[in-house]
Amino acid sequence: MSAVVEDIQKPERTKPLVARIDWVRASPWLYTIALFAIWEAAVRVFDLPYTILPAPSRIFAAFYQYWSPLWKNSLQTLYTTTLGFLMAVVGGLALGLFIGWSKVIYAGLYPLMIGFNAVPKVAVVPILVIWFGIGAVPAMLTAFLISFFPIVVNVATGLATIEPETEDVLRALGAKKLDIMLKVGIPRSMPYFFGSLKVAITLAFVGSVVSETVASNYGLGNLMSSAQSQFNVPLVFAGLLALAVEGIVMYSIMAWVEKRMTGWAHRSSMSH
Amino acid sequence: MTHLVSIENVDMRYGGASGTLAVADLTFKVDKGEFAAVVGPSGCGKSTLMRLVTGLHIPQAGNVIVAGQHVTEPVSIVGMAFQNPSMLPWRTTLDNILLPLEIVEKHRKRLRAHKAEYVEKAEHLLEVVGLKGFGSKYPWQLSGGMQQRANLCRALIHEPQLLMLDEPFGALDAFTREELWCVIRDLHAEQDVTIILVTHDLREAVFLADKILVMSARPGRVLREHRVPFARPRDLEITYDKAFNDVVHELHGEIANARRAA
Repeated sequence: MSAVVEDIQKPERTKPLVARIDWVRASPWLYTIALFAIWEAAVRVFDLPYTILPAPSRIFAAFYQYWSPLWKNSLQTLYTTTLGFLMAVVGGLALGLFIGWSKVIYAGLYPLMIGFNAVPKVAVVPILVIWFGIGAVPAMLTAFLISFFPIVVNVATGLATIEPETEDVLRALGAKKLDIMLKVGIPRSMPYFFGSLKVAITLAFVGSVVSETVASNYGLGNLMSSAQSQFNVPLVFAGLLALAVEGIVMYSIMAWVEKRMTGWAHRSSMSH
Repeated sequence: MTHLVSIENVDMRYGGASGTLAVADLTFKVDKGEFAAVVGPSGCGKSTLMRLVTGLHIPQAGNVIVAGQHVTEPVSIVGMAFQNPSMLPWRTTLDNILLPLEIVEKHRKRLRAHKAEYVEKAEHLLEVVGLKGFGSKYPWQLSGGMQQRANLCRALIHEPQLLMLDEPFGALDAFTREELWCVIRDLHAEQDVTIILVTHDLREAVFLADKILVMSARPGRVLREHRVPFARPRDLEITYDKAFNDVVHELHGEIANARRAA
């Protein structure tokens, strides 16, 4: 018995290093490192001035040098984005359920929603400033306005696409509209809802940073625009990098939540 | 014998006055405890018939009477099963089967307090259809035939007086289908339930039903009513008898004529 076990384990141990690495798990890191390496090499080879395109080493140096303002403004942006996003989640879910409730409401509000979504949010910021003054409030509201649309559309779609057979079975039993929504519609739209959160959170960052750039004294948007006016290009890039990191972290949290809450949707689609 | 379902001179038109007439002057009766099958060319209004009997549609003309009452809203004494099992993927099979109890007025109030009793009943039904021990599985972990068995359990859990089956075995392979014929046959024998089966499969209709209604092409009406003469309980072997196949053949001829007339 032990001889058999050893036979199986031996090749495992003698495998070369290359075969023992989980390449799928390692590849996001490797590709990121490769991107920075190529970037660094290109800047050095073409001898680009740092005011055009700073090398990653220069950006990291800026990170080190301006650590304190970067950290403070990152937190500020994260704060406004998250608040705006949470408002979008609550508002989007509520409006999505409302729109998905009946065909009449769906038909009536859909064109309005499309029109509203087509308005560039950067054009809305000055109006928000008139109403609320400059600062965190317009940033939050811009994040909200830009990110709630995908949530509404996804929730409404989930509700509107209930299988007619399921609805018939329940209605024949005397189910009211509310029963069908609670038992079928809402659980069914949850995968759409959680899926939309991933899109919404990245959009929320766009909204808050745009607003901070135009009308705020805080946040990464403001930091980058003032760095730009001083030709401090490495700091601008450091701000972009900080935003990218925040975006990835929030996205992964949303992806994790999605998986936790609606695992059945992934498994059921896989088995078919 | 009393009629459980009685349809008298019913017209049903979809989409307003100029819409398509789905059924015209539809008349038939189904007795309590009877097994009726409805066959006909495609588009003959079989699904409309289902929806009329269950009260999902209210006809423009004529009477629909179920269990002695004029149908003016969905009647909750029916169970329905469609070709698409439409199990909810976020619920276990057992919870899917218990779903009607959360809806039907009579049961929803006492479901929480008497959960164990209902679960036991669901387990019993699962055993009857040959799914013992599968209650905790999710629907997507079951095969198509198993999902359809669970679907039957869901249609029966609230002890409906009337079971409406709309081509429930259409998507299954021949062997699974025959197995489920026997499940339905035994359920009908055991449960004292009236069944209306809508199907394209003439052998299925002849094997299961007491009475077969042949419908015309659109607008649908009942062309002829056949009594199926074979004694119960029926064995699958009778589907190979000459007498059985003669009935199937005759039905086939009638439906072919109805198609040509259209």
